[in-house]
Amino acid sequence: MSNLAEQTLDAHVEQEHGHEHHHDTDSQDILGFWLYLMTDCILFATAFAGYAVLYRNIATGPAGFEIFDLKYVAIETAALLLSSITYGFAMISGRRGNKSAVLGWLAVTFLFGATFIGMEVNEFHHLISEGHGPNVSAFLSAFFGLVGLHGLHVTAGLIWMAVLMFEVAKRGLSKQSVLRLSLLSLFWHFLDVVWICVFTVVYLKGVA
Amino acid sequence: MPNLIGRARNWRGLWGVLPILLSGCQGGILDPKGQIAADEKSLIITATILMLLVVVPVIILTFVFAWKYRASNTAAEYQPKWSHSGKIEAVVWIIPIIIVTGLSILSWKSTHKLDPYRPLESAVAPVNVEVVSLNWKWLFIYPDLGIATVNELAFPKDTPVNFRITSDAAMNSFFIPQLGGQIYAMAGMETKLHLTAQEAGTYHGISANYSGAGFSGMKFNAIATETPEQFNAWVAHVKATGKPLDAQGYIGLTAPSENNPAAYYTLAEPRLFPAVLHKYMAGRQSMAASDEEIKVAELSRVLCKTPTLAPVKE
Amino acid sequence: MLLGKLTLDAIPFHEPIVMGALGGAGLMGLIVLSLVTKFGKWGYLWREWLTSVDHKRIGVMYIAVALVMLLRGFADALMMRSQLAMATDGAMGVFPPSHYDQIFTAHGVIMIIFMAMPFMTGLMNIVVPLQIGARDVAFPFLNSLSFWLLVAAAILVNLSLGVGNFARTGWVAYPPLAELAFSPDVGVDYYTWALQISGIGTTLTAVNFLVTVIKMRAPGMKLMQMPIFTWTCTWANVLIVASFPILTGALAMLSLDRYMDFHFFTAEAGGNAMMYLNLFWAWGHPEVYVLVLPAFGIFSEVVSTYSGKRLFGHTSMIVASGAITVLGFMVWLHHFFTMGSGANVNAFFGIATMVISVPTGVKLFNWLFTIYKGRLRFEPPILWTLGFMVTFSIGGMTGVLLAVPGADYVLHNSLFLIAHFHNTIIGGAVFGYLAGFSFWFPKVFGFKLNAKLGKAAFWFWQVGFYFAFMPLYVLGFMGMTRRLNHTDHHEWNIYLYFALFGALLIAAGIGCQLLQIAVSIYQRKKLEDNTGDPWNGHTLEWSTSSPPPAYNFAVLPQVRDIDAFTDMKEQGKPYAKPEHYDPIHMPRNTSAGVFMGAFATALGFALIWHIWWLAIVGLVGIVVTLLTRVYDNNKDFYIMPNEIAHTERAAADSRAKEAVAA
Repeated sequence: MSNLAEQTLDAHVEQEHGHEHHHDTDSQDILGFWLYLMTDCILFATAFAGYAVLYRNIATGPAGFEIFDLKYVAIETAALLLSSITYGFAMISGRRGNKSAVLGWLAVTFLFGATFIGMEVNEFHHLISEGHGPNVSAFLSAFFGLVGLHGLHVTAGLIWMAVLMFEVAKRGLSKQSVLRLSLLSLFWHFLDVVWICVFTVVYLKGVA
Repeated sequence: MPNLIGRARNWRGLWGVLPILLSGCQGGILDPKGQIAADEKSLIITATILMLLVVVPVIILTFVFAWKYRASNTAAEYQPKWSHSGKIEAVVWIIPIIIVTGLSILSWKSTHKLDPYRPLESAVAPVNVEVVSLNWKWLFIYPDLGIATVNELAFPKDTPVNFRITSDAAMNSFFIPQLGGQIYAMAGMETKLHLTAQEAGTYHGISANYSGAGFSGMKFNAIATETPEQFNAWVAHVKATGKPLDAQGYIGLTAPSENNPAAYYTLAEPRLFPAVLHKYMAGRQSMAASDEEIKVAELSRVLCKTPTLAPVKE
Repeated sequence: MLLGKLTLDAIPFHEPIVMGALGGAGLMGLIVLSLVTKFGKWGYLWREWLTSVDHKRIGVMYIAVALVMLLRGFADALMMRSQLAMATDGAMGVFPPSHYDQIFTAHGVIMIIFMAMPFMTGLMNIVVPLQIGARDVAFPFLNSLSFWLLVAAAILVNLSLGVGNFARTGWVAYPPLAELAFSPDVGVDYYTWALQISGIGTTLTAVNFLVTVIKMRAPGMKLMQMPIFTWTCTWANVLIVASFPILTGALAMLSLDRYMDFHFFTAEAGGNAMMYLNLFWAWGHPEVYVLVLPAFGIFSEVVSTYSGKRLFGHTSMIVASGAITVLGFMVWLHHFFTMGSGANVNAFFGIATMVISVPTGVKLFNWLFTIYKGRLRFEPPILWTLGFMVTFSIGGMTGVLLAVPGADYVLHNSLFLIAHFHNTIIGGAVFGYLAGFSFWFPKVFGFKLNAKLGKAAFWFWQVGFYFAFMPLYVLGFMGMTRRLNHTDHHEWNIYLYFALFGALLIAAGIGCQLLQIAVSIYQRKKLEDNTGDPWNGHTLEWSTSSPPPAYNFAVLPQVRDIDAFTDMKEQGKPYAKPEHYDPIHMPRNTSAGVFMGAFATALGFALIWHIWWLAIVGLVGIVVTLLTRVYDNNKDFYIMPNEIAHTERAAADSRAKEAVAA
């Protein structure tokens, strides 16, 4: 009996309290996600600390300046930074409710992100095939660990982005999908900031 | 009879009354035989007394308040809303702060005074000993005397002993409880410890950090001789009976073994300790700056062929 | 190939003790399973408990896991004490190092990660939402997921008993001992993956509860008016959020070393094992405050409730807990003064550690002055509290002594240290959880625990504790170091015997508690709590019925005071009936957490044994289950006003009946 009643009531409650209620849980989701980002930030801090302790320990392997190709990494960096900007455009379109623009910008963002990951994988492959793998020295271990950790995050972000693109394409721009897009936006910009630190601490300082 | 007395002493010690307890610990850190250990003991006692000044009243107050304000004692005052008093709050913050300030000063001073890296002042020339922890035994190298021993250490009393310590295995901690504090033995790192014995005797030496299956048997005797002559006689004995210890001999020693008896060696390879240290330091800094360092590096390459730390592949 | 490194040899058929333990555990499991089947409770168990997202039920399940793991960890303790009491004067005892070294490692890991943590998390789950007048936590599904990740990790630890072996490294797993070179078998991998999986669950829980207390407090409740237990849990959650990622990072590095030939902590190729020590304790020291701060909160609630008095210095308690939280991050180096850092560094960390004793001391005084001018009722929770105040004073003192670097040089890694941290973790955290257990038990189940058996349990624990650990202080002074397999010092023997005797007394205490639960269930009618407020409580959890309805509060309470419920009682309107009830929005139960936990177990097991196809199945399973859950449109429902009215009327009737009887 209650099924029908529930449905009517659902609609009723949705009308009356729906807005307020959703607003409330949205702010919970955003706060929770921020707190998660804090924990992630500490995880990265740990990886950075490890790198700071170990980067001088090159053992029998090369030092940073012998293996880093700053130009290559600069292009990689540009791809990721641009992806943050295009994600920003996706968010603006999302707030305006322009579904196809959102999908378009997300696709561009995805391409930039995939470019970044592709270049990183290529860099790793190149280093390992040159005999500069993580097994060579503590410095290389810390390098692969830190950059790889960031790369894993970006990969997870790409998967998430693909899922959200699917969601928006199938279900349209609901309040919920805009919320999800804004959470991914936090994540994506956060990874950008982390990458700037990686670029500075690992590559720029490594070459300097 | 003596057994009974011993039993009685143990009993009393058990109840944790400090002054009685102190007499019940032969062979431990409360029965020091060296200056450092004696200082550490008195530090423990001073700090404990300082803390008891606040801990004992708290424990007594716990019992007193719990008894006095028991529910059945309706004669006691009852103020269910009383929950704040600026005066009491001030006192309960200030008392611990005073005690901790006192302890902090004590700590700061004693930490510097008892710093294991600080050489001991003495008119007598120190004995230098290089210590390598192995799986599961201690190697002692006397670089100045050309000898080495396993699981036995000797030096004259009232003579500073300067230890340089490393490991060619998991991490251990070099510790002679009656002579003073311990320090870690770590692969690729050198730590230092300075001890002296004020009384002749044989003291227990242990590893105080778990390092694997044979850890419990990683014990040695530290012998403080009454006179320098006795020490010299011990050195002569080691020289006379010891086998030569070269790189290959050392590689043999690194093979895991448990409960090793004392063993004597003459030192055929004077750069053994720096080479063991260098074994894990490849690439940290350029070691090949001088002839001597090149020789150390070469030896360390030989030692690197030892299987101890090679990762086990499936 | 299909099973990676796993072969039949992994099962220790040749070790009668292990096989006996496995047989016993298997038998018990079979009995439980067949009882559930016999009474046809599988459906009930699945629908009402395993898939529940109700914070109270999840809390109960956490505590159930904690109690089971307590038995496992305590069995390890008894084996260790027996071994050391037998392996004296050069005798070798019954456990060779290959087995014994796993026992002490498992004991430490289980007691900290799988007993104390879930016990604390369970109490927090049950109590915090009720204390702040909320209907659930911020993310109910995430809460269920956290729990099932803990279960997955606990399963892995227990699997290591029968399949392969556990780490032989001590619970800290220091490299290079924990590296492949010295620990080539799967023991350390069981350790790392179990800790990783449970650590992720713990981090998610902390995030969840932080959002809950920030966003979901009852109308009117200011932050500084949150009950003290909620506050201490909040500080603990801050510590978790800030420290657990460090453990995640350190263990990930160790795993990379072991799986992919990295050199973070290896001795060779420039790795730095001491970095692991720093990272491990940068997590490990905050972790002990994670365990003990909520216990401090429990003692505060208990003391003020059973003294019939407001907590003395509520604000100062909150500030003191905050100070402990912040300082807890600045002291990790005191775990290795003997590493050879300079005197300045050691002295700094020593003094920072001592400073923590200031806020801790303040807390002790505040509890004392809460009893002062109160009316103290000697129920079991208050016994645990008084026992704690005495015992913890001693443990705190020995802790400060260990913080003096000069003293630590001779006491480091000795049995004095073992006595100290059991003194604080048992005398502090565990006593607190047990106090909380009997304090809130009637709230959760609707009947009180048998007080006589509770008191017996307390006395066995308390006396057993002194017998078990005071001798260890003495042995530390005598130069006995930790993790020894056998000893050869005749004068140590008597202390080792007493320690075993103490452990047996504690075993009797645990026995009394199991009996207490059984007897109380049997006497549940007699012990029934009809009012929802059996102890004349101060805070909101006592304002609802016992057990509380699924929605906790029919109407969200209005809060004006720290002791919100006392305030309502004084206003004479503790159970005011509203004019009408609004429908209450509730999350539906979901099996997604259970499945994600199952996939996580598979993933962990596969990684440990290098069964790569299964690892992929586990990982994909986790992601797919998560997505299915996220895109499930049927996640919530409403409880109808008439149903609420019905439930509330029943609660009111039962209170009225009790009032008449009284």
